[in-house]
Amino acid sequence: MTLDPKVPDGPLAEKWDKHRFQMKLINPANKRKYKIIIVGTGLAGASAGASLAELGYEVESFCYQDSPRRAHSIAAQGGINAAKNYPNDGDSIWRLFYDTVKGGDFRAREANVYRLAQVSNAIIDQCVAQGVPFAREYSGYLDNRSFGGAQVSRTFYARGQTGQQLLLGAYQAFSRQIGLGKVKMYPRTEMLDLVVVDGHAKGIVVRDMVTGQIRTHSADAVVLATGGYGNAFYLSTNAKGCNVTAAYRAYKKGAFFANPCYTQIHPTCIPVSGDYQSKLTLMSESLRNDGRIWVSKKKGDKRPPAQIPEEERDYYLERKYPSFGNLAPRDISSRSAKEVCDEGHGVGESGLGVYLDFADAIKRLGENAIREKYGNLFHMYEKITGENPYQMPMRIYPAVHYTMGGLWVDYNLMSNLPGLFVAGEANFSDHGANRLGASALMQGLADGYFVLPYTIGDYLSKVKPGSAKTDMPEFQDAKEEIVAKTKRLLGVKGKKTVDEFHRELGHVLWGYCGMARDEEGLKKALVRIPEIREEFWKNVCVLGSNEELNQSLEKAGRVADFLEFGELLCLDALERRESCGGHFRVEHQTEEGEAKRDDRKFCHVAAWEYKGPNASPERHKEELKYENVTLATRSYK
Amino acid sequence: MTCVQKPSSIVKKAVMGLTGLVLFGFIVGHLIGNLLIYAGPEALNGYALTLRHLGELLWVARIVLLAAVGAHILTAMSLVRENRRARPTPYQFQDTIQTTYAARTMAVSGLVVLAYIIYHLLHFTFRVTNPHLSHLTDANGHHDVYRMVVFSFQNPWICASYIFALTLLCMHLNHGLASAAQSLGANNQKWEPRFKKAGCIISLIIYLGYISIPIAIYTGIIKAVPGGHL
Amino acid sequence: MNLTLKVWRQKHKEDQGLMVTYEAKDINSHMSFLEMLDVVNEDLIKKGEEPIAFDHDCREGICGACSLMINGVPHGSEKGITACQLHMRHFKDGDVIYIEPWRARAFPVIKDLIVDRSAFDRIIQSGGFVSATTGGVPDANAIPIAKPDSDSAMDAAACIGCGACVAACPNASAMLFVGAKVSQLALLPQGKIEREQRVLNMVRTMDEENFGNCTNHFECEAACPKEISVQYIAQMNREYLRAAAKQ
Repeated sequence: MTLDPKVPDGPLAEKWDKHRFQMKLINPANKRKYKIIIVGTGLAGASAGASLAELGYEVESFCYQDSPRRAHSIAAQGGINAAKNYPNDGDSIWRLFYDTVKGGDFRAREANVYRLAQVSNAIIDQCVAQGVPFAREYSGYLDNRSFGGAQVSRTFYARGQTGQQLLLGAYQAFSRQIGLGKVKMYPRTEMLDLVVVDGHAKGIVVRDMVTGQIRTHSADAVVLATGGYGNAFYLSTNAKGCNVTAAYRAYKKGAFFANPCYTQIHPTCIPVSGDYQSKLTLMSESLRNDGRIWVSKKKGDKRPPAQIPEEERDYYLERKYPSFGNLAPRDISSRSAKEVCDEGHGVGESGLGVYLDFADAIKRLGENAIREKYGNLFHMYEKITGENPYQMPMRIYPAVHYTMGGLWVDYNLMSNLPGLFVAGEANFSDHGANRLGASALMQGLADGYFVLPYTIGDYLSKVKPGSAKTDMPEFQDAKEEIVAKTKRLLGVKGKKTVDEFHRELGHVLWGYCGMARDEEGLKKALVRIPEIREEFWKNVCVLGSNEELNQSLEKAGRVADFLEFGELLCLDALERRESCGGHFRVEHQTEEGEAKRDDRKFCHVAAWEYKGPNASPERHKEELKYENVTLATRSYK
Repeated sequence: MTCVQKPSSIVKKAVMGLTGLVLFGFIVGHLIGNLLIYAGPEALNGYALTLRHLGELLWVARIVLLAAVGAHILTAMSLVRENRRARPTPYQFQDTIQTTYAARTMAVSGLVVLAYIIYHLLHFTFRVTNPHLSHLTDANGHHDVYRMVVFSFQNPWICASYIFALTLLCMHLNHGLASAAQSLGANNQKWEPRFKKAGCIISLIIYLGYISIPIAIYTGIIKAVPGGHL
Repeated sequence: MNLTLKVWRQKHKEDQGLMVTYEAKDINSHMSFLEMLDVVNEDLIKKGEEPIAFDHDCREGICGACSLMINGVPHGSEKGITACQLHMRHFKDGDVIYIEPWRARAFPVIKDLIVDRSAFDRIIQSGGFVSATTGGVPDANAIPIAKPDSDSAMDAAACIGCGACVAACPNASAMLFVGAKVSQLALLPQGKIEREQRVLNMVRTMDEENFGNCTNHFECEAACPKEISVQYIAQMNREYLRAAAKQ
């Protein structure tokens, strides 16, 4: 089986334009005959929903939250990139494209990334038109700041709440369509399976989380904008409800899962404080603009930070990467933090933390300037830790944050299953093996506002509207399967809670498939995960019934999928015998401890095909062809 | 106008604010008139006479006031009813953060003030509650407002009931004044604390102005015959 | 520390519901309030009792899902945070904590501490947007916006739609929520064109959803986890009266 990415030919800069011209259109009057299901209402889902409904399609949208406004895009703090070059500092579409490809350690598809950079400017225009209150200069023009992995200031931001403001912009546009009756919204409704008819995605099975009703919905195309799978690790910066179920179910129905081992560990999170901890909180990477990261040069130094004199501090990022310093990309910063902690220089009670110090910036710019820039982040830090970051350095440690892997999609964002489109973090597309800061928001909105509305139309123009009906056997079978699975979960009546299993899985993944991975550990994980899964199905305790709001049941279903998916994650990490971006294999590093790619063997996308419950999944390859950039060793020195 | 069929919540707020301000205007005017008592019987009785000779203008004022009172009360009733309905199940444990006693007792203080106004009208305007004190005439043969007031407030019960009602009126004003600014949309970040303070100070001044009269009479500072004995 | 919890339990929408007492033992002061509830729930499950249902998601104070009335104050008595950001260090051993759902006719209880806040969504659907369809908009820097206006719009836009304002208001009024959105969009040139229709429609929907009226207690502002100022209610009043007068 060959995976065809369907990248249009021609020069890179003309591909998208040419492709838009070649795609088929649907007569405006006929658009309303087509129904599109969109699962997830984050940046990608809400923007796609609004744009498609504006075009005239009939849209049905689903989210597990009580309101579409609460999707986890809302938690993104720092900003959104665009190649506007407003600061006149040398930015361009080409530079944004190149930075993103390089940041992704040359494991992303060139044409997709270039298109992303191309449409980035239109996103900012769109958001401003919607009333997104981006930060501005006194002149009234938009302000920019710099972010990790870039030497230009191309990041637009709205205080530390950029994700929230962008999502609310999309949510409002989307709400307008709900109000107009063009979108039918189903909140508190979770997708539990995909329905495939004659090889085409034609619908979904959902559970109404209030009444427990399990039902099916049919459509002419299905869009999954269901986010990433970071919660497989139990502790991550994702919201508690984030899960892999929708994507994983699609995988089990035939969609390929690409590069699951590309997980991003974010360098600036608040360290773990105890076993009871339920999630990790990210401190925006933008803090690294003004904060300096350091540890004591002495091992096991328990002195309070103020008593450690300047010459006994190791500003290790500035030392190792003088040209990018504290703004080195996320994977590199995270790994460096792990290294110094592993060597015994870590700070805080657990020894798993490094200082992020604003003393110099406060001295240079004054406390008020810092407050204006980062006030809400400092406030958040103080609320969580009880320490005042204006007076003492923050303590930070890396945490699972974003997953670059996801369902495989072609240039049109369609998976190998025709009719199944995947957008935002849920697809694998644009970030390669590592995502740069402020690029997730850009990608989610690019997919939703400016890519899907075109490419879905092209697909729909080739299918007959309304061909799938929920009384078809495929729908009934899928529904029955879910009903049976739910019954099974409720029927185990074991002794351990769902969270206990989830924590166990998280420990295994973080330990063996976290910031550094090796063959031995991964093999151990591949033994351990099926054991946990087996015990789960024998000993999990889910109280209550299906016919009610049952949060344990919701969690149990998600963890059951994580327990299968975790294995795929480790398998992919094992098979990718190189280091690249967020995937660091201990066996493959340079003498200085940097990631060492193997372009000869691994310059490809690994796309996994499900082969049944008792068979190993099959690994397919999509070779990555670099026609416009030369593969180079990433250097931020 | 959309508010003709069923006034919206914001229109109701505006009605409360506007009618409240009209009534506040009356309260200020009334106080200034009352304070003439310190200038002696001629001044006060002369002022009362002038008012009576206003003729049509007096009726206009009365109608406006009556309409304001009516609208204020009716809107308040509708607000209270709707607000009760908006939270059918109360909290088992209720706490508040920054609201004031005055704000929470607006309906009660309003009702007490209404009862007081009725009594006050019966007392001094229709002169039915204390007829033996309120039908006196002065040297010029005009209604002797001055002695009516003085004799009334020499009674400790009347004195106390006036002071009590005025206390509630001024609590009502304290919240009402700042609220009117908010409800009519005059508030902003800069002015919010100022309006609050102004509401507080103005209502306090009005309070002191009004209660000074019964106190001055009861303590004998103002006497039935200026300069003379009781 | 050990705590006594008095928690509202209600099986479903039609159920009567009642306060139930639970003991929370060995609570670590570094835990967040929701983590404390997680621990209590784990214990309940082990005892074969159904865990307490409560809404939560991001657990970092931005999604607006968590909605707990803690000792009579939405999100607890610490200023400027949501319940998920409240830490147990603010309680002491032996404390009795009352935990109730938001109470408002417009927010019916679905189960235990979970309420239905879809009324907020319907208010936004009726006008809380700028009708800019995708594409065909001018360059982002084409219209400069004075920094004070844009900053003020951002202050208003910080709303997370949690509903604490309604829960705190003695009248269960939603004026702060609506005022914040009306003001944000009215402050920006992009939103000015539809400002009149927007405020009229949103206020109409708000009234139809059975929220109470504002009587200027300002409890909403005090309870708001994003500390949104009541000046935005005044601004909405201004917007509304102007629009209504014009009609």
